Formats: sequence, C-alpha cells, structure tokens
Amino acid sequence: MTAPAFSLAGVTLRVGGRDILRNATFESRTGQFVALLGPNGAGKTTLLRALVGLVPTRTGQIRVLGASPRAARGRVGYMPQARALTVPSLSGADYLRAALHGARWGLTLRRDTHEIDRVLDLVSARDIAPRPIGTLSGGERQRLALAQALLGRPELLLLDEPLASLDPARVGDVVALTRDLRDALGLTVLFCAHDINPLIGTADAVLYVANATARLGPVEAVITTESLSALYGVPVEVVRARGHVFVMAGTVPAAGGECCAHG
Amino acid sequence: MLAYDFMRTAFAAAGIAGVLAGLVGWFVVVRGQSFAGHALAHIGFAGAAGALWLGAPPLAGLIVAALAGAGWIGALADRAQGRDVAIGLVLSVSLGLGLLFLHLVSGSASGVTALLFGNVLGVSHATLMTLAAMAVVCLLVLGVIARPLLFASLMPDNAAARGVRVGAVGTVFLLVVALATASCAQVTGVLLVFTLMVAPPATALELGLPPRAGAALSAVLAVACAWGGLLLAWITDAPVTFWISVLCAVMFGGGRLLRAVSPSPGSAASK
Repeated sequence: MTAPAFSLAGVTLRVGGRDILRNATFESRTGQFVALLGPNGAGKTTLLRALVGLVPTRTGQIRVLGASPRAARGRVGYMPQARALTVPSLSGADYLRAALHGARWGLTLRRDTHEIDRVLDLVSARDIAPRPIGTLSGGERQRLALAQALLGRPELLLLDEPLASLDPARVGDVVALTRDLRDALGLTVLFCAHDINPLIGTADAVLYVANATARLGPVEAVITTESLSALYGVPVEVVRARGHVFVMAGTVPAAGGECCAHG
Repeated sequence: MLAYDFMRTAFAAAGIAGVLAGLVGWFVVVRGQSFAGHALAHIGFAGAAGALWLGAPPLAGLIVAALAGAGWIGALADRAQGRDVAIGLVLSVSLGLGLLFLHLVSGSASGVTALLFGNVLGVSHATLMTLAAMAVVCLLVLGVIARPLLFASLMPDNAAARGVRVGAVGTVFLLVVALATASCAQVTGVLLVFTLMVAPPATALELGLPPRAGAALSAVLAVACAWGGLLLAWITDAPVTFWISVLCAVMFGGGRLLRAVSPSPGSAASK
C-alpha cells in the first residue's frame, strides 16, 4: 500500500473556543476520491484549512503527502468556497496569472503562459479565460477556480463546496470533470459537499464530520443508520431508494429541522 | 509658464504625486480600501495641524500620523465587523483634533487652506526632495510586495493557502498608502487626496485592463490630471485642486461612456 495522501493522528482542532475535531484519527489512500460530508458548521472548511496549514492543531499530528501541511503547500491544490467577486472587470486569465507564483516577492517580466494554458485546457476553459470574470456564469467561474487549484501540478486537490450554487445540470458536469482529472493526473481528491447523492458512484470513500468526530471509510460503511447515529449522538436513519441516499434525524422525516440533509 | 521656478517645482511635485497616487491607488481600489485611504488623509491632517502647533514641519506631522493610522487600520484587519465604524470615528475625531490644533496656532488661515486643499504652487525645493525620496521608498516597497499583494487582494483564501502572509502584506501596503497620501496631500490637500488616488485607477479598471496595463494607465491618467490641473489653473486663475478634481471626474465619466459605447471584446462575446 502506498503512503496516505493525508492523515490525522489524534488531532484536535479548535476554532473560536469550540472543538471542531476531538482526537480524530483517519487517513486516505493516494488516488482516492474522498467525499467530505457533514452538517452545516461541523467544520468541513476548518478541516480543509488545517490541511493547508491555516489552522493549528491543539493535539496530534496532520501529515499531508508525507510532510507537514505547511511543507506540502506547493503540492496541494486548494479551492476555497466561492466568495463575492473582488474585481469583476478583470479576466479569468488575470486571476490565474495573479495566482501563479503569486506568493513570490518582487516583480517579474517572465510570463509562464504555458502553465496557464495547461490548466485552462484541463478544465476546457481556454475560450472563457479572456472574458471579464463578472460576465461568467457560476459554472464557468467554478471551472476557472478549479483551474487555479491545478496550478503548479498538485498531487492532492482540496475542494470546498464546488457544487454550491450550481444548477442540477452543472453539478454532474463538475463531478465528472473532477473525476476525470483525478484519473488523468493521478490525483487524490477531497471533495467537500452538502449532499452525497451527486457523488455516489464517483466517491471511493466518505469522510463524515459531525459532533467533533470524524469517520473515513467506504460509502456503504459510513453512511449507515448505525454509523451516523454514533457520529451525531442522536438516532439518525439512513434510507436508500432508487440509487439515492436519504439521511433523516429522529423518526420524523418532517419538513424543516435536521431532516433530509442528503435528499 | 515653465520659465518660473515655482511652476517647474509644481509640475515636478504634481508628477511625483500623480505616479504614486496612480500606482498605489490601483491596489487601493482593487482591495476596496478607498475608505481606509480617505481616513489616512484625515488622520494625517491632524498630524500636520499638530506639527504646526508644535512648530514642527507639517509634512513631518502628516507622515508620522498617517503611518501610525496605517498601522492601526492594519491591526483592525482581522475584525471585518465594525471596522468601517471604527475607521469613521477615528476619521472624525482626527478632523476635530486638527481643527483644535489650528485654532491653537491661530491666525494662519492660509496655512489651513493649504493643508486642506493643497498648495502645489508653494512647494519648496526641500519639500520636493522629500517627496521624491518618499516616492522612491513607496515604489520600491510596492515592487517587492506587488505579486503577493495582488494575489491576496484578488483571492485571499487561496493566497493564504499558498503561504502568503495576507495580514502582514496588507499592513505593509497600508504604510505605503500612508506615504502616498502624505505626498499627494502636498498637491491636492488632505480633503482631495481621494480624487487622484481613486478616479484614475477606477477609470483603468472600468476599461477592463489587466493589472500591469491598468496600473500603468492609472499612473499616466493621474499625472495627466495633476498636470492638466496646473495648466488650467495657470490659464484661468482658478485653484489647481479645483481643476484636478474636475478633470478626474470628467475622466472617470469618459471611461464609463467609452465602455458603454464599445464593450470589451470579452463581454461582447458573452452576449
């Protein structure tokens, strides 16, 4: 077996006086497509930020690609949650050029157009790159954000909610594109999402975060009534129907409340 | 016109301030820090007035106060909430303090006007040398931090994940803004630093230019406005700063009009 792409050993993460993870231990294998799931506010984003060294651990150790998160930064592609646009009149290519070697000091006259073109081709976005980013659709911006994460040939992709605010038709496209990139480039992918269903058939494993605990394993093993009930600490029922998964809190699958998180 | 020594000095000072305002201002507008920049000018005003009261050179007071203000706003950066309120309060207290200091100095109405609205025709050789030195420092620092600053401005989360110290770079940039504000204030006065620092870069961004071309055009436009203001003031005898503010506004309006008439190829293709 190859070394894990990322691993946590006895890790406690604390943000704003609240434990996001408590003594969590898990690891992913290289080349896996891992779906990162959990209720809102459970700390999915915090976990991703910890993997790029932006959240210190209180206890335990995080290893990314066999190194510390900070040391691994150059080999990790990170796509944060979409924010409001800062400068809509700049083009997608301008954003990519700012990101490429953007951490280096000083000015340069050399332009690495080759690397920009490479990542644009990977996400089929050459034609949209010259356009002002404010004129692009959510799906087009998402492709450019993915291109940004691919700069510098990373081995691990950390994607924070790439499916947020996409219409259902585009959701499938983004999942398929990410899977194809994983296959073509031999990447490990940690894909944070609200809903397991678009990822069924694609994800090799699920990393479920709830109640400061986390569990990583195959979809069938983690998304079960027993496993999720243990994670949430309250009775949770998992129902499978027509290839979809529904997670229901308590016995009442009512509208509102905690219900239907994955419907 | 250029036969007069004070006019040559004025053109030199306006040129330096224009280049600085155009380049630094491009980042100010991209980062959405116009308000912070505006506040730095007012904090600087309190410093200049305080220096007058103490019998020190106003420019020195302006620089010290603006730099201190920049450090303070930089420290606020982590707390986005209530930040504008805090800056706004300090801005008004600074103006009040400045007024008090000027009252204590008493009887120097022309000095007050010069501080508030600029007195580029009265710039001395010594001040010009100070402006040039400040400009060199600003441009050197800006050149060193340009790439991480742009990355952090456009994509703060990505930049942090790639190892950019977003907060530190932002604070260093605010110090540069403070110096640029201080030199601009010699031309336009503290109340209208804004025109030179915001209108030219906003125009360049309006035209959809990429960072390098946009920042360069912004500097060219700022110098054009500053020199145009001097020229028109010479011809009409109206204040220089009046003409600079008018030219800046006309230029920004023209930029918008230009884009409305001929959309950039990118946005046209998407329609």
